[in-house]
Amino acid sequence: MSSTVSSSGRVDTDPTAHTLPYVSRLDGRVLWRISELAFRHPYRMALAMVATALGASFQLFVPQFLGRAVDQAQGLLAGAAAAGVQTEAVDALLQTAMLLVAVSLLRGVFTMVQNYQGEVVGHFIAHHLRLDYYRKLQSLSLSWHDQVHTGDLMTRGILDIEGVRMFVTTGMLRVILLAILIGGGFVILFRIDQVLALVAFGFVPFVGVSASIARIRLRDIWLQLQNELSVLTRAMEENLGGIRVVRAFAAQAHELARFDRISRRALGISHRRVALFVRNTAQMNFAFFLTMGAVLWIGGVKTIEGTLTLGELTEFLAFMAILQMPIRQIGWMSNSVARASTCGGRLFSVLDLAPSIADPPGARGLEVSEGVLRYENVDFSYPAAAADARTLSDVSFEARPGQIIGIVGPPGSGKSTIAQLVGRYYDVTGGRITIDGQDIRTISLESLRSAVSIIQQDAFLFTASISHNVAYGNPWAEGTKIERSAAVAQLHDHIMSLSTGYDTLVGERGLSLSGGQRQRMSIARSILPDSTVLVLDDSTAAVDAATEARLQDAIADISRTRAVIIIAHRLSSLRHADMILFLEHGRIVERGSREELVALGGRFAELHRLQAASPETRP
Amino acid sequence: MTAGEHAAEPRRTRPLAVVGSQISVEEVLFGKAFDRWVLGRIAGFLVPYRRQLLLGVFGVLVFTGTQLAIPLLIRTAIDKALVLGSAGEDLLLIIVLGFLAVVTVNFVANLVQEQLVGRVAGHLMFDLRRAMYRHLQFVSMAFMDQTEIGRLMSRLQGDVQALQEFLESSIFAIGDLVLLLGIVVVLLLLDPRLGALTLMVMPVLFAVRIIWLPRARKAFIHARETSSATNGALAESVHGVRAVQELGREDLNYGLFRELARENVRAHCLASRFVNVLIPLVDGLTGLAMAVIVVYGGSLVLDGSLDVGVMVAFLFYVQRFFDPIRSLTIQYSIMQRAMAAGQRIFEVLDVPIEVRDRPNAQSLLGTPGSIEFRHVTFGYRPGEPVLTDISFKARQGETVALVGPTGSGKTSILSLAHRFYDVWSGQVLVGGMDVRDVTQNSLGRHISVVLQEPYLFSGSILENIRYASGAEDSEVVAAARAVGAHDFITRFADGYETILDQRGVNLSMGQRQMLSFARALVADSPILILDEATANVDSYTELEIQRALSRLLEGRTALIIAHRLATIRHADRIIVLREGRIVESGTHGELAAGDGLYSMLNRMNHASFDDLAAEA
Repeated sequence: MSSTVSSSGRVDTDPTAHTLPYVSRLDGRVLWRISELAFRHPYRMALAMVATALGASFQLFVPQFLGRAVDQAQGLLAGAAAAGVQTEAVDALLQTAMLLVAVSLLRGVFTMVQNYQGEVVGHFIAHHLRLDYYRKLQSLSLSWHDQVHTGDLMTRGILDIEGVRMFVTTGMLRVILLAILIGGGFVILFRIDQVLALVAFGFVPFVGVSASIARIRLRDIWLQLQNELSVLTRAMEENLGGIRVVRAFAAQAHELARFDRISRRALGISHRRVALFVRNTAQMNFAFFLTMGAVLWIGGVKTIEGTLTLGELTEFLAFMAILQMPIRQIGWMSNSVARASTCGGRLFSVLDLAPSIADPPGARGLEVSEGVLRYENVDFSYPAAAADARTLSDVSFEARPGQIIGIVGPPGSGKSTIAQLVGRYYDVTGGRITIDGQDIRTISLESLRSAVSIIQQDAFLFTASISHNVAYGNPWAEGTKIERSAAVAQLHDHIMSLSTGYDTLVGERGLSLSGGQRQRMSIARSILPDSTVLVLDDSTAAVDAATEARLQDAIADISRTRAVIIIAHRLSSLRHADMILFLEHGRIVERGSREELVALGGRFAELHRLQAASPETRP
Repeated sequence: MTAGEHAAEPRRTRPLAVVGSQISVEEVLFGKAFDRWVLGRIAGFLVPYRRQLLLGVFGVLVFTGTQLAIPLLIRTAIDKALVLGSAGEDLLLIIVLGFLAVVTVNFVANLVQEQLVGRVAGHLMFDLRRAMYRHLQFVSMAFMDQTEIGRLMSRLQGDVQALQEFLESSIFAIGDLVLLLGIVVVLLLLDPRLGALTLMVMPVLFAVRIIWLPRARKAFIHARETSSATNGALAESVHGVRAVQELGREDLNYGLFRELARENVRAHCLASRFVNVLIPLVDGLTGLAMAVIVVYGGSLVLDGSLDVGVMVAFLFYVQRFFDPIRSLTIQYSIMQRAMAAGQRIFEVLDVPIEVRDRPNAQSLLGTPGSIEFRHVTFGYRPGEPVLTDISFKARQGETVALVGPTGSGKTSILSLAHRFYDVWSGQVLVGGMDVRDVTQNSLGRHISVVLQEPYLFSGSILENIRYASGAEDSEVVAAARAVGAHDFITRFADGYETILDQRGVNLSMGQRQMLSFARALVADSPILILDEATANVDSYTELEIQRALSRLLEGRTALIIAHRLATIRHADRIIVLREGRIVESGTHGELAAGDGLYSMLNRMNHASFDDLAAEA
């Protein structure tokens, strides 16, 4: 993945910019919010909860019927001499059998309803969160996006939503299921034999607690592993991206050693995870079987003594068999709760962010009459910068259709910030920016941004056809208009030379474009919506000089109907500029036409001389 | 009129807009469920772990066996001990002790199997990844140039994980299979009549599954596809957020995304229906099997022709009956995914390594810093030479500049000097030796490089300058001083320990270039290859860079792709390339005085030598 270089050094801190927390936390408020989302579907939730309770209750009958069947088959064995009794016994068996089928089937049906409704509610929650998340990400400022890792945002959008989704089925509903199975089962068994019931349930607290602890520890190890793997990913990505450097320095061994170091660490964590998991499951199984052995022994003795029937012993054992799975799931459940809490917390931290730039209440659309952009005594400093560190001080200028304003200055002089402020990606800290007399903070962002096009240094290519990409800012544009924009951007001829022309797929898995072509794509995209103000922020740096010259001519041509601001390093990019502003330390120190500035013999003239020494500038 | 609205303009009826990739993931995700070739290759990676693996499989079998034994022990307790009355208490104790022995074995086997299988699967994943990664360090540059890093990364991450999952689940699947067979055998052995009758429920499940499976699989695949489409669209909005906001696509995109997300929910709900519809069936069939045991088994017990313990054992077995069948169905899709993943992994591993050290390749150590091309012809595709009959020489300490339009072959010359590729004909000599006769390692140490786009790695500034050289800290500092980077480095709070975010985005372009100069200086190679930066650098930075560059070039042989007149003037020789051939060569003075392309462009004070072809 190639990353763009943003020339402005934005420093802004944000509490959510940090990556994965290492330890799971339980946060009641987060769980409450998730529950609230679930109960936005009250009928489905009620249905799921009732079905869970019924399914669990019916399951409780199964061991009882099994025990009864054993007693029926065996208890009557002694007095089975009479044929009549035997038929009676068979009838009783038949009855028990039918009950077993009915109870099993009902249990299955209710479990189905429980699972299905629970999952549907989970999917609805996920859907809801996903839409909110998508919308929020699109609305959060670019300065925020610059600070966060895209991988982290994707983790939240995929894995965290998944974690929250699972909470309904594996968290909320499972509590009900377990409560009924364990509580009901204990009551039933306790009534049969108090001592044996206590023995039989002996493994429950042990397994429940150890499973919960282990699950949460496993989760933490898992987070550590993810963290280590993302380090590994970054190392691999950098290596493959810079493979020319790696090979040129014959650094393969160095790189492999680095890879091995991280990889070994990750493998170590992975082994620890396996070990912990295995120890825990094996212990739980062992505890369960040991209890079963105890029940078999004590129950067996009781049966021999005649205080317990064989059927009752069977019922005990069958109960234990049924409980084995749900008890283990206590671990899953506590994990699910911890996961939902962590994941939900991270999601909400993004969803609760207020975009720093938003429409003022009652914002109106921009009314364009002349199309005049005016900077009026603008001051600006970045949010996190020191109070006296102004990026722009007292900047005033005017740009009107038919005019090209050029802005030059040393790096860090605030050139790019001027572009950022026009699109209101930040708000000015002093003075104001107006379009036809309207302060841009008073109009809707949507109307502002459709009136102002800022051309990026590097265009992101969407995985779609070229025409989709060019028409990104105005998808209703007709084909001829798309072609015209591409032609202005000096891209049309290249596109026509492709066998599938404008239908050629670009982006991931599509045709790849060179840096210069991508910049021209960006230009084509930005001029298509017929905006009032066009800003080129060093948008032609990767375009070769001959093409750039033609591009400038074309832009000069379209500047008749709009105000154009060109921010550039190379003076050759400013050939058509009617007025040039020289920026230094955030102030306009010189302004005038090229000739005037050269004649002035100041900072611009110095730069002009410098560049003339290299063959980058045309006279 | 509001901005952006142009009434007279023709409009489409529907917007030309999509979010996310439009490519189906089905072909990418699924393959054959069984691919002998892939399995064979995986087996090759398991050879070092064959003992652990065998022991693991043995553990699985013991574990399964002990599980099978438990209902049998209960049966024995009931039929042999409990029926004896108080005389049976001793026997019961023995049986319970036997039970304890079995569960202890079960515990140990459980520990062993899961531990070994989990570890081996982990090793498999890391080994496969390492093998691929290692291979990628040496495969031809042509392959690397053509392949998107994102696609390689998904093989290095997702695909190896699919194989890990596959190995783990298939060994446990062996256990499931054995358990299933074991139950069948035990049931038939315990009582053939009751066993046969009970097992008759099983085909019902199979029959239903046959009808269910194709539909369900379609639903599952659709659900997965919609998920990947939705997540793809989310990823796109994250990566392209700049374009989205600057072009005001938020609302339209949100609408399109909502469509995708809705379809995703719908597909998942349908898939969930398919999963859950089987629950009543399995539960009902379990109930039916229990009913059969109760009625028929119960009557047999009444007849006295069946021990009641056998009936109890049957009831226990039947509870576990459908578990293996369920997990075996999941196994199928895991295998499908694994085979597709395996294909992709071994595809990478099978990319031939074209450039290798000869068996008795020599070290370049101690040879002079000279580069010579002798009648070199080279291309990337057969029949399309990029360089034709290139001959030139840069002697020790000389600077040779290459100029020419884009596509004239300048970069290919640099690549050949590094032996990223082998020539078709002719020879490239470094230090007087054919590059094919020397070790690539010594070649890399003999030549250092500075690319047009400085490439930095995450890590500290110190690590970045030192890179693979193993230089002392003091040498790093000396190099940074020499190229004029020391001042800005020490201005950071952490100085040389400053960590570079995401490949140095916290540095300016000029600063990054300085660091890459310092890196080349620390490497201290006799030859320097430089792709001079054209863009992205303003004139102020350029001055600093020129200064650093002259320091770097001192006493070295240099091959430079030149863009600036300033660099070229001082070159000992300038080579003008066009369409892969040398059209002119000489010093600046000689060429400028002549009447060739170079002098013409020089007279025009042309913007950049890259554009020679465009107007000449």
